[in-house]
Amino acid sequence: MLTPRNIEEAAMTSAVLDHDAHPAPEAHHTSLPIDNRKLAMWTFIGSECLLFASLITTFLIYRDSSVGGPGPKDMFEVPLVTFGTAILLFSSFFVVMALDGAKNGNRKKLILWLSLTVMCGLFFVAMQVYEFNHFYHKGLGYSTNLFSSSFYTLTGFHGAHVAIGTVWLATLLKDAIKGRIPAEKAINLELSALYWHFVDVVWIIIFPVVYLMSLGR
Amino acid sequence: MATTALEHAPAYQRSTIVEWLTTVDHKKIGIMYGASAFIFFLIGGIEALIIRAQLATPNGTLVSAEMYNQLFTMHGTTMIFLAVMPLSAMFFNFFVPLLIGARDVAFPRLNAMSLWVFILGGIFLNASFLFAAAPNGGWFGYAPLSSRQYSPGMNMDFWAIGLQILGIASIAAGVNFFTTIINMRARGMTLMRMPIFVWMTLITQVLVLLSFPVITIALVMLTADRTFGSGFFVTAAGGDPMLWQHLFWVFGHPEVYILILPAFGIVSEVLPVFSRKPLFGYSAMVFSGAFIAFLGFGVWSHHMFATGMGPLADSFFSLATMLIAVPTGVKIFNWIGTVWGGSISLKTPMLFALGFIAMFIIGGLSGVMHSVAPADLQQTDTYFVVAHFHYVLFGGSIFALTAGAYYWWPKMFGRMLDEGLGKWHFWLSMIGFNVTFMPMHWVGLLGMPRRVYTYPEGLGFDLFNMVQTVGAFILALSILVFMWNVIRSWRGPADAPADPWGGATLEWSIPSPPQEFNFAEEPVVAEKDAFWAMKDAAGVDRFPEPGHVSGRGIHMPGPSWWPVVVAVGLLMFFVGLMVHRSWAFPFTPVSIAGFALMVFGVFKWAYEPVDAHAPQH
Repeated sequence: MLTPRNIEEAAMTSAVLDHDAHPAPEAHHTSLPIDNRKLAMWTFIGSECLLFASLITTFLIYRDSSVGGPGPKDMFEVPLVTFGTAILLFSSFFVVMALDGAKNGNRKKLILWLSLTVMCGLFFVAMQVYEFNHFYHKGLGYSTNLFSSSFYTLTGFHGAHVAIGTVWLATLLKDAIKGRIPAEKAINLELSALYWHFVDVVWIIIFPVVYLMSLGR
Repeated sequence: MATTALEHAPAYQRSTIVEWLTTVDHKKIGIMYGASAFIFFLIGGIEALIIRAQLATPNGTLVSAEMYNQLFTMHGTTMIFLAVMPLSAMFFNFFVPLLIGARDVAFPRLNAMSLWVFILGGIFLNASFLFAAAPNGGWFGYAPLSSRQYSPGMNMDFWAIGLQILGIASIAAGVNFFTTIINMRARGMTLMRMPIFVWMTLITQVLVLLSFPVITIALVMLTADRTFGSGFFVTAAGGDPMLWQHLFWVFGHPEVYILILPAFGIVSEVLPVFSRKPLFGYSAMVFSGAFIAFLGFGVWSHHMFATGMGPLADSFFSLATMLIAVPTGVKIFNWIGTVWGGSISLKTPMLFALGFIAMFIIGGLSGVMHSVAPADLQQTDTYFVVAHFHYVLFGGSIFALTAGAYYWWPKMFGRMLDEGLGKWHFWLSMIGFNVTFMPMHWVGLLGMPRRVYTYPEGLGFDLFNMVQTVGAFILALSILVFMWNVIRSWRGPADAPADPWGGATLEWSIPSPPQEFNFAEEPVVAEKDAFWAMKDAAGVDRFPEPGHVSGRGIHMPGPSWWPVVVAVGLLMFFVGLMVHRSWAFPFTPVSIAGFALMVFGVFKWAYEPVDAHAPQH
């Protein structure tokens, strides 16, 4: 099919053939053996670490400083969050399987595992919406006390990251179903997978540090 | 005739405005950074002049106390976030790709987005004046002064949300330039062959990436306190204003290196060229820059000695701060070593670079004085501190940025700035600057507090303040000379040669101004000071003027609307946050519409082929 883009690419290819000295940007060498976008994602993740470090630190400083109102022990219910944690952890495994499918050009495998990943993301977001709603009805508003503000800000930021990751993965799932993620474009999925693993790792810190340690004292 | 012209017009011809709005060319983006930052610099300068006019005599009545608070807050915020940072960004944008032999940055559209977010954020901050509600709590926004209780107007909302917008621009640019420098270098340009300005840019991006997320969170909490009634920094709710100070300075101290390291880089490029000697101690310069940045994360509490942190914390932060003097001293001696025995040519860029060294030493020395905690207790909140940071930020950063402007102007615009006017600019700056800020040391030690809108007669402040005000207007005059210089060069012929100074680095190997694709042939680098090495290898002082080439077959990324669309959506989202007061319904229709526009823009951006609408050379 001749879309404008195909024509451009064809024109570009011939231009490259005509002028070997001027390779197209796609063929541009990179100084390190890593794709620009992947390096940028790692860089961004490095920056995000400080974002979550600030949030977690604030929570740790403030969880017991509330002047009044409910505290962690009045609110946290471990079973539900444990289940959510497990779901998120499994989703990291699922996205690795999906990426393997993408790299090998195995579309069926890609779509199957990517669907599971997206479902995990949706489930986790739903769990958090339920949890927030539940806490709210138990009397924990955003500005009830320092515990509530720092808890909601931290987990809210994380939840927003999960939501963005889920939308991103769902978009790629749509692409995969339309056959737009051939093996050579597996990097598109790899980028979102990197981000997804990072969001998981942050939760692996939040779960024990915020939930378990607040209950275990 | 008209039809002939149309037939010959390229298919991608767009109006000038559309071309600049949609451009992803790092050079155009750099010029827009520079132009907008210079306008903000003038606004910040006018604020400073009003402050000085108010303080010229005791019991000044030019502005009210409230107006004065807005002026010094906006002066600081503007000069840091809207002038020095983006003026550095101008040089990052225009010159990092040229210096590393690349055709563009790693993510040209992201680069355009950073620019537009920055410009809109700057306009947003300054729009506060239209509501007579400019930020008034200092550029550091200390709690509890910034809380709703003590700052009930929209003033600090403008500040918190404005900085949040600007932070997004900085982090996006940080990711972009880090990736560009690590991954887009020309063949043969190993890290230790990179021009020192590129090194300092790289280190600056690391600082941006690791410090801005912290202020992001602090601002989120401040906004939550002000809008949703949480108590992060409200003592009555158990909140701790000290947490604000810690978070702010964990960002704020690296920020001062974000402001000065690019200046170090510029000066380290200028001095060798005008001394005709390679930079003395290149690797020591690289490592001292990295070491300064590393230490920069461990000294934030020296801004907080007066808060009573206790002897242990005071000692630690005192010693860590003193330690920074070591790598900084290494740099100063290496600059002197570079100039030493060189065949010095005192052109305007060189004058400003030498002026930088002298002024920065003075500012550095008063900085070391602050690091001594007991002495700092006497200096805190006095004009002594104001003198210190103007010596490092004006005498330091602005002098170096001006050196860079005169040095790189011919490359950016193909026109030379006038040397005679440049010398006037330099000497007026030098005199005006010292007349303004040197007396602040004394008036500060006499005990004159900063941030206070007036002072009574007979405290020994009167003469000093009058002298400072005169100096400030001399300084303003020097800026007018610069502007006249720019206008003159604009009217003059575009006849700058490719290599007017006998440059050491790759940008001088291509025409002035460079063609869109920068390098017709991607350069291959064999050693440091790549262009000097090429000239040496060819046995010439100057290469013949490089011709313009057709660039056929060079594929450059096409223009895109989506960066500016995303930036507008982002601005709308934040503007919407200004008007709500309830966490139960936090998002106004403006925010929702802005968010939708942003999401739409991101999707269109993601699916837009990089080469859509690309000009076919």
